[in-house]
Amino acid sequence: MTRWIFFCLLLALPAWGAVGDPNERLADPAKEALAREIGRELRCLVCQNQSIEDSDAPLARDLRRLVRERVAAGEEPSAVIRFVHQRYGDFVLLRPPVTAATILLWATPFLALGGGIAVILLRRRRAMAEAAALSPEEVRRLAELDRGAA
Amino acid sequence: MSDAAFPKRPRRWMLYAPVGLAAAAGVGFYAMLQGLRDGSYNPRGVPSVLLGRPAPDFTLPALEGVDLPALTAEDLRGPLPGPVLVNFWASWCAPCIIEHPQLMRLSREGVAVYGVNYKDRMAEAGAFLKRHGNPYRRLGRDEPGRTAIDWGVYGVPETYLLDRQGMIRWRWAGPITTDTLESELRPLLRRFA
Amino acid sequence: MIGELGHFALALGCILALVQSVLPLVGAHRADARLMALAAPLAVAQLIAIGAAFAALLWAFAVNDTTISNVVLNSHSAKPLIYKFSGAWGNHEGSMVLWVFILALCGGAVAGFGRDLPSALQARVIGILGLIAAGFLGFIIFTSNPFERVWPPPMDGQGLNPLLQDPGLALHPPMLYLGYVGYAVTFAFAVAALLEGRVDAAWGRWVRPWSLAAWSFLTLGIALGSWWAYYELGWGGYWFWDPVENASLLPWLIGAALLHCAIVVEKRESLKIWTVLLAILAFGMSLLGTFLVRSGVLNSVHAFANDPARGVFILGLLMAYVAGALALFAWRAPRLGGTGIFAPISREGALVLNNLLLCSTTAVVLVGTLWPMFADILFGAKISVGAPFFNAATAPLAIPLVAAMAVGPLLAWKRADLAGALQRLWWVGLLAVAAAFLTLLIAGHHVWPALGFAAAAWLIAGAAADILDRIAAFRRPSQAWNRARGLPRAAWGGAIAHAGMGVTFAGLAGMGLATDALVELKPGQSTRLAGYEWRLESIRDVQGPNWSSRRATITVLADGQVVTVLTPEKRFFPVGRMNTTEAAIHTNALRDLYAVLGDERHGGGVVRLHHNPLSPWIWVGAGIMALGGGLSLSDRRIRVSAPSRKAAPAPA
Repeated sequence: MTRWIFFCLLLALPAWGAVGDPNERLADPAKEALAREIGRELRCLVCQNQSIEDSDAPLARDLRRLVRERVAAGEEPSAVIRFVHQRYGDFVLLRPPVTAATILLWATPFLALGGGIAVILLRRRRAMAEAAALSPEEVRRLAELDRGAA
Repeated sequence: MSDAAFPKRPRRWMLYAPVGLAAAAGVGFYAMLQGLRDGSYNPRGVPSVLLGRPAPDFTLPALEGVDLPALTAEDLRGPLPGPVLVNFWASWCAPCIIEHPQLMRLSREGVAVYGVNYKDRMAEAGAFLKRHGNPYRRLGRDEPGRTAIDWGVYGVPETYLLDRQGMIRWRWAGPITTDTLESELRPLLRRFA
Repeated sequence: MIGELGHFALALGCILALVQSVLPLVGAHRADARLMALAAPLAVAQLIAIGAAFAALLWAFAVNDTTISNVVLNSHSAKPLIYKFSGAWGNHEGSMVLWVFILALCGGAVAGFGRDLPSALQARVIGILGLIAAGFLGFIIFTSNPFERVWPPPMDGQGLNPLLQDPGLALHPPMLYLGYVGYAVTFAFAVAALLEGRVDAAWGRWVRPWSLAAWSFLTLGIALGSWWAYYELGWGGYWFWDPVENASLLPWLIGAALLHCAIVVEKRESLKIWTVLLAILAFGMSLLGTFLVRSGVLNSVHAFANDPARGVFILGLLMAYVAGALALFAWRAPRLGGTGIFAPISREGALVLNNLLLCSTTAVVLVGTLWPMFADILFGAKISVGAPFFNAATAPLAIPLVAAMAVGPLLAWKRADLAGALQRLWWVGLLAVAAAFLTLLIAGHHVWPALGFAAAAWLIAGAAADILDRIAAFRRPSQAWNRARGLPRAAWGGAIAHAGMGVTFAGLAGMGLATDALVELKPGQSTRLAGYEWRLESIRDVQGPNWSSRRATITVLADGQVVTVLTPEKRFFPVGRMNTTEAAIHTNALRDLYAVLGDERHGGGVVRLHHNPLSPWIWVGAGIMALGGGLSLSDRRIRVSAPSRKAAPAPA
């Protein structure tokens, strides 16, 4: 718990050295951009809910270095992510993998839209039916008016 | 307003869906709060991927100035004479001081405690052991921190328990307090003895 | 003494709230005029009591009364007064007092300005506000007393965190709470409507301004928080899809749907049930946020103290109010009357689409935020749901929403001509395509920024098209100016708010094109970034009132001309033994130049430099949105209230 607070403070209060190390970055801008994209998919486990690109915890720095080494060596992004995933589990992936536990999560946009459209259409059909039907009272009044007009 | 304005076959389920969802969520939240109290729900904990698996491959150099053999994956392959604890620590880590007496006690009782010194300076690590005692039978130095990443370590201290076949059975993130020692670790040591 | 008076005032306020929640509701149910007439005086009395309690808390902070533990934990004698106040509401207990104070203010407003409301409606609304107040005051008194004493009193407080002494962060909670609590009023109106069994134009005329006000404040609150993160935390991030951030976004999304529906209910007899449901859900989302942040179930750097006992109390309140209101909704909503019939292609139809898309987006953000917790408790699975998910899942919903935002205002009520509306937007579409094309041409293969600029052009030009259409600028140009002058403020407000959204999109797109550099420079050396030359002049020691720092001086030049001098610092606060990184930012209308100082080595220092195109537009756009909301609020037609019941005999 204490260690937790320690690392979280490192993040919540920008600390000495929060800027990073120029030597960390890859010389090739395309590779550096690729490494950053990969980094944005990986969670900094110490300070939760941030990617390793945004965090300056030592573990995040180590993982950034690791990602860049592998990218520089020519490894595919999916392979790099898999490497980290194998060691830290689903929790390290900021984009949740599609598993039994997350299928509903990924389906949410479709379910919400689909469900909403279904509800709207159902209610519309009922509202139309209601508007078409007249109550007995209204039938009587209509008859009276007809008689009056005749 | 005439009764005919009320729907004849009200789509009641549509109207009741929101309150149903809210109630279900409420039950879930209540379960979480109870879990927070008894420790079964920990939003900050990260489970170890290695549970039920052997230790990953690694070779670590020894810590100079301390008369202990180094640590490699070979030392953790079964069959082992008894359960083994692998403890990741550092001299700059305050909670490590909290758990050190427990490690010393286990070591005196004959439990095999192996250490991995994580991202530390040799002189300071040596000084730490001199000051607080040395519970380790083997000690490896992971200065770059890559072996720790291979183990899925995300902070120090972290401790792993391996059984006699060399399978990882338990991981504890954080200091091993006397409470943790008695309530969690001792039963496991007995079980895997 | 003041502390005890404050505590007593809270207790008094709680009792008054309880009375306020019982008598007027009984009176409305029995049509008892005397009981109903008690509503307004009770609300005012409660306001006075809670106001006194809030004043007592502020006083304790202002004089640095270290016998009160809340002051000890969150304040310090050396703080400037404004930050002592912001420290008062920057912690759990104090923020709850601010919450109930704003609630009491709202109750007082309904009492004071609502004399023209039908008395049963006013009584019910005040009664429900009292019920909410009673619950939260009970929470404060039993679990979160801000006036707890500590004896012997320490010499001074411990609350001198420099990060919290900041104007943006000081204003952020009050703005947010004005939004969250404003939705309590719309909630009360919705529940009152369900109890009464009807929704009419008078109801709509009251719900609309409250929804507008709440939404505008919430917009400002969220924008302030995001802007603070950007300039304070040192790496230029401004939105992290953190659960606490999402907790503020959820009522904002539902609130946007609500305020559009409220407009319709006022004008037409349509969408009543939608409006009532959205009003309940908006407050529900703000209560959910309160629960998530204060109960400990959430995994976030932002979350307040984790206390499961408090969590159970808030969960109880959340269920009582929200599930209770939703149950009432399920039972009584049919009584509110059917939706008016309208063609699918119509202004009403567009608003239904708007509701659908906003509610779906809310569902996505809600499920994404809660899923890790529920997956943990249900399956034992530990997963993360971060920015990649939220961006991927909300983008397909945002695109049709942006498209509809420009088309909707041009559609007529009941039945509209879509082809005609689209024809009137031909030049808007052209501008959008041109914007995307230009972006790809100038900046290269950046798809999302190109889409962002297209969206911005579509929304801003679309807002202009809306106004031009209303004043018939192209059909009858001679009268256009007169029509513009006579155009109701609500029309201007809506167009301005939509344009503001476009400005924010432009800012987001610009940030997508941001570039940065991380270099080690010695004094005299320079580097190039984004067409500027950045030259490090020196790194020196600087002394401040309660800090010392290492300050770097960086001159930024364009074509040899000095654009600005940036002075990023690393500050050290001896009292709290804390380090902060002060970024240096130079803002002009088109970009931010951002510099941060890192480690010093070999006689020089590591600096990170950013060029953020259009980043100020993100928050300026939010300000414009709030301005649009405010403008709409100030529309004369809203302030001309419904005919008084006493003046003319109203039909039963």
